[in-house]
Amino acid sequence: MTETSERDVKLTCRHVWKVYGPQADGFFTDRDGDVPDPRGLVDRVRESGHIGAACDVSFDVHVGEIFIIMGLSGSGKSTIVRCLSRLVEPTAGEVILDGEDLLRVGKDQLIDIRRHKMGMVFQNFGLLPHLSVLENVAFPLQVQGVDKPTRVARAMEMIELVGLGGRETSYPRQLSGGQQQRVGIARSLAVEPGLWFLDEPFSALDPLIRRQMQDEFMRLQQLLHKTIVFITHDFLEALRLADRIAIMKDGRIVQIGTPAEVVMQPADDYVEEFTQDVPRVKVITAGDIMRPAGNGLDASAAVPAGATLERLMPRFGDGLGAVAVTNDSGTVVGEVTPQAVLAALASEHDEGSAP
Amino acid sequence: MTDAVRDRAGSPLGGPVAERLPPRLLCWFAFAVFAVLCLALRGDEKWLVGYPRGWEIPLIDWLEAAMDWFTAHFKPVFRFISDVLEWPMKGLLGVLHWLPWPATIGIVAVVAYAAKGWRLAGFCTAALLYMVIVGYWEESMSTLALVGMSVPLSLLIGMTLGLLGFQSRWARRVIEPMLDVMQTVPTFAYLVPILILFGIGPVVGMVASAIYASPPVVRNVMLGLGRVPDNVIESGQMSGCNGFQLLFLVRIPAATHTIMIGVNQTIMAALSMVIIAAIIGGFADIGWEVLSTMRKAQTGQSLLAGLVIVLLAMMMDRISRGFAERTGEIHLARTGHVLNRHPYLSAMVAATGIGIVLAAVFPAFERYPEAWVYYPAEDLNEAVGWFTRNFFETTDAIKTYTLYFFMLPMKAGLERIARPTSWGFEFKEAADAIYYWALAIGVGGLVALFANWRGVVTYGLLAVLFFYGASGTPWPVFIAAVTLIAFQVGGWKVALFAFLGMAFILTTGAWSRAMLSFYLTATSVIVCFVVGGSIGVWAAQNDRVSAIVRPINDTLQTMPLFVFLIPVIMVFLVGDFSALLAIIMYSIVPAIRYTEHGLRHVDPVAVEAARMMGCTERQVLWRVKLPLAIPEIMLGLNQVVMFALAMLVIAALVGTKGLGQWVYDALTNARFGQGVIAGGSMALIAMIADRIIQAWASQKKRDLGLAA
Ligand SMILES: Nc1ncnc2c1ncn2[C@@H]1O[C@H](COP(=O)(O)OP(=O)(O)OP(=O)(O)O)[C@@H](O)[C@H]1O
Ligand SMILES: [Mg+2]
Repeated sequence: MTETSERDVKLTCRHVWKVYGPQADGFFTDRDGDVPDPRGLVDRVRESGHIGAACDVSFDVHVGEIFIIMGLSGSGKSTIVRCLSRLVEPTAGEVILDGEDLLRVGKDQLIDIRRHKMGMVFQNFGLLPHLSVLENVAFPLQVQGVDKPTRVARAMEMIELVGLGGRETSYPRQLSGGQQQRVGIARSLAVEPGLWFLDEPFSALDPLIRRQMQDEFMRLQQLLHKTIVFITHDFLEALRLADRIAIMKDGRIVQIGTPAEVVMQPADDYVEEFTQDVPRVKVITAGDIMRPAGNGLDASAAVPAGATLERLMPRFGDGLGAVAVTNDSGTVVGEVTPQAVLAALASEHDEGSAP
Repeated sequence: MTDAVRDRAGSPLGGPVAERLPPRLLCWFAFAVFAVLCLALRGDEKWLVGYPRGWEIPLIDWLEAAMDWFTAHFKPVFRFISDVLEWPMKGLLGVLHWLPWPATIGIVAVVAYAAKGWRLAGFCTAALLYMVIVGYWEESMSTLALVGMSVPLSLLIGMTLGLLGFQSRWARRVIEPMLDVMQTVPTFAYLVPILILFGIGPVVGMVASAIYASPPVVRNVMLGLGRVPDNVIESGQMSGCNGFQLLFLVRIPAATHTIMIGVNQTIMAALSMVIIAAIIGGFADIGWEVLSTMRKAQTGQSLLAGLVIVLLAMMMDRISRGFAERTGEIHLARTGHVLNRHPYLSAMVAATGIGIVLAAVFPAFERYPEAWVYYPAEDLNEAVGWFTRNFFETTDAIKTYTLYFFMLPMKAGLERIARPTSWGFEFKEAADAIYYWALAIGVGGLVALFANWRGVVTYGLLAVLFFYGASGTPWPVFIAAVTLIAFQVGGWKVALFAFLGMAFILTTGAWSRAMLSFYLTATSVIVCFVVGGSIGVWAAQNDRVSAIVRPINDTLQTMPLFVFLIPVIMVFLVGDFSALLAIIMYSIVPAIRYTEHGLRHVDPVAVEAARMMGCTERQVLWRVKLPLAIPEIMLGLNQVVMFALAMLVIAALVGTKGLGQWVYDALTNARFGQGVIAGGSMALIAMIADRIIQAWASQKKRDLGLAA
């Protein structure tokens, strides 16, 4: 679909199921989770009094991508991200990290993968209360047996990176929520993981701080280019940060797409519900609604493909019939007409006749 | 709830009786018929009151034989362990006796300062100086050595079991009931087998307190490790911890606070047991000093020695609690010179050095000179003598009235106790009982006006108990009543447990003694509940009262049980009344605490709503706070019962009869079987009471919608 799909795949989640209950294993004959009738199985799981926390979840996460899993409370987001890190053992399915089936690796190897390839940030910070900021951040290195000067140096670097320099001797309970989460972030980055999980990292913070932390997060990502799986129940947060969004409901993924795809073509009423209050001008970009460029375009008034409608619309004020759209390298790749803009904005009000 | 509502709502003119009465009440009618039958027959059928010896299971003899066989084969093993343990014990004792007293005081002061700061350091210094000045230094150090040996042992046992119980559900299933038993078996009963196996000497006290004091650590280790938040564990896992690192670098450190609270309780329990173990003798520690002076009725001496115990207890409690509270506090990484990095250790070394040098120069610092000892025992004796002489009439009157109008009827029954000299009448013939019952039923009618049927049933049972006494009530009636209560409150499991427990007590020949213990416990619990509850209510309403009561409670709670006996026998001499007072002094604390806590933590919204509806403060208390606080108060009641039973055994020293005295007797005569039966019976009573009250409290909680 979009350019991200052409990049290398970092992590694949294929038919992953997590069923809670006494006879959870009984629903699956083999471990790969690729059952012929997933919907029927979901119903059977529910009827037998089991909880299907994650049902037939499949997606790919590409290198350097911010992949966001969004859903209401209890929809199975945490379960999925814990299956990806094997903090929770999936009942069935495959999780492939860098071409290796994570569910088949042994205990020691798993510990090794966690030590070097993954980092995770937790909703309620998960800091070790008995350790100082410095010790918390250095902890993953300590358990690996990294010598003290190296790990202190590395931890200090991370603490500086998240802007907590000077607080390294403080203890978690002396810090504000935002500061604690910075420690959590620093700690998860200390081992330079390629894959970064964040489970509702900013949900416990109040709106102003949350906004600030989101900016901070984007700044870090620009610097580090991690592959990120980010959990949130806040749709606007997802739109702000995501390259792609997966929307979950009752353990299933109902839609995967870029923010604009989700907003413009919600897969069902559940997703549409989220998009109701979204200011589309801030989400939809020129690239989302452009058509192949015609002749005689004024290239000097071009906008980049990533420009939101909010930025695009003033251009039409000069009576232009179409505005050229350029890609990163400045070549014209298409054009946007005022009609296309109007159509994109109008689709939020005409219910049935969506494209 | 619904029953109660229906009871009061049911109009007297409404449908047939059976329809209006809850089935639970009907059970009590059946019980009443059974009870009347038993009571009517008890004159002819003697077995109804005194369980015949011929029907007893000779469990005592079997246990005795088993123990004989065991000692015959394994005694050398235990003697060996005893010898092994004696070495470090002697070493520690030697060090503590050798260290000049200024050095010891210095070290303790540094520890106290590290734990809580200057004030505690000052207190500990003063307390230790007291021990020096009255001349109890050697004895105090002996006690300290015993505690110092048993606490690490206890922690070792406790940590191991706690970790085991945490890691394996199977182990927990064994450990938890074991802890229940360990915490209900009376202290003296611990000593019996240990005495038999290890022989007389300080090792008995050490082993006994190591075992006796371990449950709090076990419990808190399991609790603390289990309570570490999931995301802390997960963050440990994601940091790449292996199992070992997860336990020792994440779980245990994160649970330190809870574990340290357990350590504090363990230290206090160890001290308590060390003091109690003095009863075995053979070791000149402070417990022995108290006990022997108490036995010789040397009031002043026992007061002076008792104060040492109180001071030791307060020191240990404050210091260990100080450390518990400090866990998780900031300890900025110290760098630089050794003195800077280990300031406390350096200070202790300095104190020791200075002490030793001082002692070398001035002999008075080596050993406090006899001539300087200030031992005001005689003055105290005189003061106490003066007090008892002058207030004899008052104290005697209090004692006599309580005995005749409350305790003795509960013990032997009004029918046997009433005399023209005390009550103004007596029951000459069986028919005279009619007057009592006529009156009782009249009062019962009044009770029925204000209470629901449960209140009436409770009243009825108390009326029966008051008239026939604990020892005059036929055992089938007693067992039926308790089983029925257990069933209605907690379901068949609790009922079965209660029934089997009582059957054990009955068939092993402990029944009559158990009833004597029941009477003393019940009377103390009633008094504690009424008096303690009132104080608790008062403290909940009034901050100043609360501020006064709290430190008193704290102190009462840390004192080793022995100490409570000293003031009561001083004034009231030996006997049931003194026992009652000692038990009350110790077990009133939870009644006060839980009542206050329960009342103060009632949902503030409910209280505000009541105020907005125009309730007076009094109405708020009676209509809103008290009903909502009942589950909490009930848990306090449970604690009162447990405390009372623990103290009951110690009270045997002031001449009570019953299970406590039987345990004590088993200890002094080294009778294993009797010790097990008596101790086991007491544990069973405690556990039955515990199950019933807990079930009752959680039922109430559910009714009030407070349960989680
Ligand atoms: N250990 C467990 N045992 C049984 N059910 C569980 C367990 N853990 C989670 N569940 C259930 O699985 C479902 C999904 O839970 P999950 O924690 O993944 O939701 P979530 O989307 O992360 O919600 P939130 O936004 O509240 O964190 C819920 O219905 C939850 O009750
Ligand atoms: Mg979650």
